[in-house]
Amino acid sequence: MPSSVPAIEADRLSKVYTARGRTTLAVDGISFALAPGSVTGLLGGNGAGKTTTIAMILGLIEPTAGAARVMGSDMARERYRMLHRMNFESPYMDMPNRLTVRQNLTVFGRLYAVEDLAGHIAALAGQLDLADLLDRPTGKLSAGQKTRVSLAKALINRPDILLLDEPTASLDPDTADWVRGHLERYRTERNATILLASHNMAEVERLCERVIIMKRGRIEDDGSPAALLARYGRDNLEEVFLDVARGRGEAAREAAQ
Amino acid sequence: MTDTARGHGTSGLALAPHRVGAMVLRYLYLLRSSWSRILELIYWPAVQLFVWGFLQFYIAQNSGFFARAAGMFIGAVLLWDILFRGQLGFSVSFLEEMWSRNLANLMISPLRPIEFVAALMIMSIVRLAIGMVPVTIFAIVFFGFNFYSLGIALAVFFLNLILTSWSVGIVVSGVVMRNGMGAESLAWTVMFVLMPLTCVYYPVAVLPDWLQWVAWVLPPTYVFEGMRALVLERTFRGDLMLAAFVLNLVFFAIAVAVFLALLRSARRIGSLLQSGE
Repeated sequence: MPSSVPAIEADRLSKVYTARGRTTLAVDGISFALAPGSVTGLLGGNGAGKTTTIAMILGLIEPTAGAARVMGSDMARERYRMLHRMNFESPYMDMPNRLTVRQNLTVFGRLYAVEDLAGHIAALAGQLDLADLLDRPTGKLSAGQKTRVSLAKALINRPDILLLDEPTASLDPDTADWVRGHLERYRTERNATILLASHNMAEVERLCERVIIMKRGRIEDDGSPAALLARYGRDNLEEVFLDVARGRGEAAREAAQ
Repeated sequence: MTDTARGHGTSGLALAPHRVGAMVLRYLYLLRSSWSRILELIYWPAVQLFVWGFLQFYIAQNSGFFARAAGMFIGAVLLWDILFRGQLGFSVSFLEEMWSRNLANLMISPLRPIEFVAALMIMSIVRLAIGMVPVTIFAIVFFGFNFYSLGIALAVFFLNLILTSWSVGIVVSGVVMRNGMGAESLAWTVMFVLMPLTCVYYPVAVLPDWLQWVAWVLPPTYVFEGMRALVLERTFRGDLMLAAFVLNLVFFAIAVAVFLALLRSARRIGSLLQSGE
């Protein structure tokens, strides 16, 4: 496959939910293409359509119109071609609480046909500081420990495409920083493509070379963190985010020009 | 190694044993970790056996017919438990994914729906065996009824009942997946709708004529009639078993089609990501 194929592509992607006669436009014809090996942040307030967009990329939700493609494969129709090369971590999902961390990782490792699974679990446990937790029931862990286990699960198949929803939520600053470092190393070593939704602007500034800002299902802005800061005349992404979220983005852009 | 060789082919119908095995392992880990789950598997079938076993003892002392039909009630209750516990074993294993909010993790993995269903079918047999084997031993010890003396007929009865239980379990799981935990109660109650219609404890002839038509559409009806023919008349009704098997194949195919349609619908409405109420 030629390398010009985007790792992830949203092509006029839309999602309309209909329930009890009411329709909600969650994602409104968005388009973007992410280059292989890139790290992109998806920003937006609650209900902006970030999670729905990620779910359509994963094939968990069927688009109403348009297409979500991974390495050129349409995820609504060809998801099984790509799912073994992808993974996802989200606070919306949990793992069986009665199973130990090792048992959970073993089950997922087998689902992905990971070679040398025991060795890989040991390596991941070392990298994510889970070695002492491997034989404890997952449900007995703290929120921060569970987040690291979820991350280990998301990395169990050495994915080329990694989608993360709030990957450092509920982690203390030290552990969160350490996880970000791990993600940076993982991306460099594997040339992995990472798409992450986050409300932590410092995290996005550190990890992402591109930021897509969504609002009410649409892409409100798209660019590198530096370009966005310059465009809005702001010192940090949090201020840019607030400009967009509070409907003063256009005024801020004009003022910066 | 090619993608297809590793079981990553594009066909939704391809079945990779390693993924089925991974899911079975997941449920075995869970059972191993929970004595209460194992105890529960044995508890209710045992209670049923003792209630109906002692009732049969009492009736047999007062009725010549039931004295001749020794084992009819116990046979019926054990066969009913295969049907009911088979469906419950399937559905509860599925519900474990909903309870643990793990369904989306599975749906973004390479696990195919057909592999998921296959693992749930295997687990329904495992859970059934854990519950039924001790209870059949109780039936021998306490009531002198050897379930295994039914021989090859038992295997045919079992095959037909487990196929029906899987069909019902597949549809129930699809409904819960599509509609969330609000539909969970279906898993515990749906089989009881079939109980009067499949004539577990009485012949089909007892039903009104119009209801007999309904009864004969249901594969378990043939099994319970066949069991009574075996116990009362010492006759194995191969014709009934064949009819049940054909009906089961039809119902199983319909159930899989309904499950896949419900899965597509769940993807449309977004219920795979938020598997709550």
